[in-house]
Amino acid sequence: MVDDNMDRFGFTISTGRQIDYESNDRSIAEYILDKEPSFRLCIECGGCSATCTTGNFTGFSLRELNILIKRGENDKVRQNLKKCMLCGKCTLVCPRGVNTRNIVVLAKEAFQKSDEYAI
Amino acid sequence: MNMRFDPFVIPFNIGLYFILVYVVTRCVIWFRDLSRTDKLRLQRGFFGVAFVLSLKEIFMESLIHRKILKTNIRLGYMHMSLAFGWFLLILFGTIEADIFGAKHLNAPYKAIFFRFFNPDHGRTGFEAAYGFLMDLILAFILSGLLLAVTKRFYSKIVGLKKTTRLKITDKIALTSLWLIFPSRLLAESFTCGAYGTGSFLTGSLGAWLATFLPAQQLAYPFWWLYSISLGTFFILLPITRYMHIPTELFLIFMRNSGIKTGDHSGTYTEVQTYSCSSCGICIDACQLNFSAGITNIQSAYLMKAIRNKDDVSEIADNCLMCGRCDQKCPVGIELSPIRMIQRRGGEAENDIRNIYKGYFRSRQTIISEKAIGSSNFNFLPETDPEKADILYFAGCMTHLTPAIKNSMIKIFEASGVKYSFIDEQGGVCCGRPLMLAGQDKEARELINYNSQMIWKSGAHTLVTSCPICYKVFKESYYLDVEVLHHTQFIKRLIDDGSVKMNFLHKKVVYHSPCELGRGSGVYDEPKEVLNHVSRLERSNFEDGNSLCCGGSLANMKISSQNKKKIALDAANELTKNNPDILATACPLCKKTFSAVTYARVADISEIVAEALIVKPVNKNSGSHINSIKELANI
Amino acid sequence: MNKHVVVIGGGVAGLEVAGQLSKAGIDVTLIEKETKTGGNLNKWYKLFPDRRKSSEIKEYLDGITLNRGINLLTNTTIEMFNRNRNHLLITTNGGKELVADAIVVATGFDLFKSARKEEYGYGIYDNVFTSADLEEMFRNGKIALANGTVPETIGIIHCVGSRDEKAGNLYCSKLCCVTAVKQAIEIREYLPESKVFCFYMDMRMGGAFYEELYREAQEKWGVSFIRGKVSEASETIEGKLLIKVEDTLAGRPLKMKLDLLVLMAGMEMSEGGKKIAGIGGLNTGENRFFAATDNHFGSNISNIDGIFYAGTCTAPMNITETISHARAAVVEVIDYLKDGR
Repeated sequence: MVDDNMDRFGFTISTGRQIDYESNDRSIAEYILDKEPSFRLCIECGGCSATCTTGNFTGFSLRELNILIKRGENDKVRQNLKKCMLCGKCTLVCPRGVNTRNIVVLAKEAFQKSDEYAI
Repeated sequence: MNMRFDPFVIPFNIGLYFILVYVVTRCVIWFRDLSRTDKLRLQRGFFGVAFVLSLKEIFMESLIHRKILKTNIRLGYMHMSLAFGWFLLILFGTIEADIFGAKHLNAPYKAIFFRFFNPDHGRTGFEAAYGFLMDLILAFILSGLLLAVTKRFYSKIVGLKKTTRLKITDKIALTSLWLIFPSRLLAESFTCGAYGTGSFLTGSLGAWLATFLPAQQLAYPFWWLYSISLGTFFILLPITRYMHIPTELFLIFMRNSGIKTGDHSGTYTEVQTYSCSSCGICIDACQLNFSAGITNIQSAYLMKAIRNKDDVSEIADNCLMCGRCDQKCPVGIELSPIRMIQRRGGEAENDIRNIYKGYFRSRQTIISEKAIGSSNFNFLPETDPEKADILYFAGCMTHLTPAIKNSMIKIFEASGVKYSFIDEQGGVCCGRPLMLAGQDKEARELINYNSQMIWKSGAHTLVTSCPICYKVFKESYYLDVEVLHHTQFIKRLIDDGSVKMNFLHKKVVYHSPCELGRGSGVYDEPKEVLNHVSRLERSNFEDGNSLCCGGSLANMKISSQNKKKIALDAANELTKNNPDILATACPLCKKTFSAVTYARVADISEIVAEALIVKPVNKNSGSHINSIKELANI
Repeated sequence: MNKHVVVIGGGVAGLEVAGQLSKAGIDVTLIEKETKTGGNLNKWYKLFPDRRKSSEIKEYLDGITLNRGINLLTNTTIEMFNRNRNHLLITTNGGKELVADAIVVATGFDLFKSARKEEYGYGIYDNVFTSADLEEMFRNGKIALANGTVPETIGIIHCVGSRDEKAGNLYCSKLCCVTAVKQAIEIREYLPESKVFCFYMDMRMGGAFYEELYREAQEKWGVSFIRGKVSEASETIEGKLLIKVEDTLAGRPLKMKLDLLVLMAGMEMSEGGKKIAGIGGLNTGENRFFAATDNHFGSNISNIDGIFYAGTCTAPMNITETISHARAAVVEVIDYLKDGR
């Protein structure tokens, strides 16, 4: 039904790239937001990724992972989280006072728990 | 009246024999569960010098509570009067029954309820004098009891800001404990009143009561009460915090035999958690409590949660790991190592809890994962370090405090040593932050990586600016190199004359970083360096008693507002006499304090670099400055 | 008899208030802690959005204040003041005692001390400067590195000391973004061969002609804007500055060496203002600026009867807004004095 509407208005979005906000799984984000309210404050300034120790060696951007978690795009996050060395430089740099280290730890926990219940 | 037995003694007897059997069985089980080396240690401990030390410690700490007295006189007096007083009562009561009783070697109940079975005793002479002694001991206990009861409702009376919270069985046990001595007092008083005996306390009280009450009849119910409260207390003891009474004795023997907590849970950890008397000193010392108002995660609560098999993860993670509670614990429990073990465990499974299970606890096991499975950090490149005798590892945090980095470079250059700054372009984390989060397996990967690099460089000495790195290099890296914090390195340079310094006439207060001071035992070198180069002032919070800046990486859960409160309180305390400089030895402490105070916060290396006398270098006079206007005309 | 008003602070707001009050026939004493008036205006060379010289503003302000019988006390600070029934009594550091019917506090702002943001290296590395330092270079007509050579790549960092929990200031200083754009254009004007990069978290161009200036910077002057908060700077062997930043819009870390780094320092409550707040019992907000009694229609009114505010001592604002705010303060003062007090 949705596609019919799209054709009528002559306007399609390539589904491969789009963030389907409503049907994405934001349970990881909700788990983190529940336990670490400062996650809400992130403005994606990129200071954390800039200073990141792991970022010196490989493609790892906490800012990117945070935004993906918030949008519910969990696949890329799942594999990359383990690269974090938990050194804490990101927390020290964050201008909004987000507890970034706890977000990594909680995200790992959330993935572990959801994997346990996964079919 | 049967002077040899009365049914009211039955509750007491049941309680006493039960607890004796229970404690012995428990100790046997604990001993059996020790590792082989620890068993040997304990056996040696029982038959050597350690035995005497243990007896001395039992007397000084479990009875007199010397450590608590030193920290807090009123709290100490309260504990001492109950513990030592009760001990004296039992001791002298037994002797009393022995000397004045029908025969020697009586059943325990004869001693405890002596006055019931010998109501006519103690009118004159030695008997009266002995009666005076017994009354004195009882009065001693009752004075402390008064303090204890008041403390439960108004903790300031013992100088504590907060008192430990209790669960229901604890409350019942507490009530029966509180009833023991008043009921003894009343029982003895009524008996004395009826017979006209007794000393200054029991006699006077009894005489007065007898004037308007039927003393003879009222005595008997109170003897029952005395027996029941004793019996209840003994039976409930194993499932309440009062288990600490017998456990502490066993702990003292174990500790003096050289047994330590280590990295894994086991018998010693369990014995320690049971030894906690919930005295509340750790809560009082905790900055999360007095600066941020967080009062549910202190060590006493952690011990309780472990005993009750509650979920400890929320409690275990919300701690600065500053070590202040370890320093002050009067029982000497290794609180921080126990908390680290809990962090490795993650979330516990919920055990079905019922009251009876409390008597049959199974040993807590936390398995730390072995390094198997996929690597987390295989993106790290092959190391190819420059060869050098001395390595400088600044540490992750130091890159955010470039003044420290630059000061150390200046000092190295001035000393003329051949050094290599191995993480100049940003290195790999030392691994301790992962360990603090309980992720030992991941930390081991980083430790191996860095160890490789250090080994390849061929260095003999490793100097670091960050106390967190220092601690992990010393304790968890199995390296052949000498590990020094930069303050220790600077001290060495001063001692052998490699660097010369001017004296800065500045007032300096030193903040001892948790990981360097309490965490690694390095107190002297930083202060000696500061004394050499500036006017170091004393502070109320020095050495083992120093405050935590609040910026600790160990606390995963604390909000940034609460962190700030802790930092602000600590900074205000340290700068209250307006020093010129607040000196630290840790980049994280420096960053944390700089954010909350306008006073100058500087690392020791910066102060030294400022005072350094550098040999003049032939500098270029510099090219002539062109004005922009001239350039614009080109 | 004429009413007497004491104006504390001889910056833009203070001068405007003094001038307008004097025009209205009120006796004014203007107290200024430095040797000359002008305050922070003296720091700027050319102003946004039109890049006119700040000296023109100073001329205007001098025009309404000089030779008008305003009692100007320079090198003077306030040591004490309190209310006494209908008057306010002020004691200066010189021991002078003044009696006023009303006081206008116009103590202005101080720039954030960029050395507190240690990771940017101000005061540690040679070629890191603040926006105020750069204005000085513009005034002297030469932009040069510490060793005298001309820089080729210049980086400008927004939000230094503002919107930064770690610096203790959660608020936005409002004017640094447009200052950055203005200075970027000026650098490109002076050094046509240079490349200028602005590192921002947001581009806050909320004023008349600000967005147009932003467009001009991109279109005419080729200034590059990179969205990413610079986390730290370090010095290379050649003395260049290596910054660590993530290009958040491209989603990748950016590597760049700069010759010169300019920090857009934010605005904070001035030290003088803090002192006045303390000795006078004036309320300050969580951002440490003076707290007016009402955010909408009482922004000049303090919590003490007879004391009014003008200018940046209440919140970050540009010169246009400061002059308007000062004139509003004058209206409040005249209104207050009319009631026979």
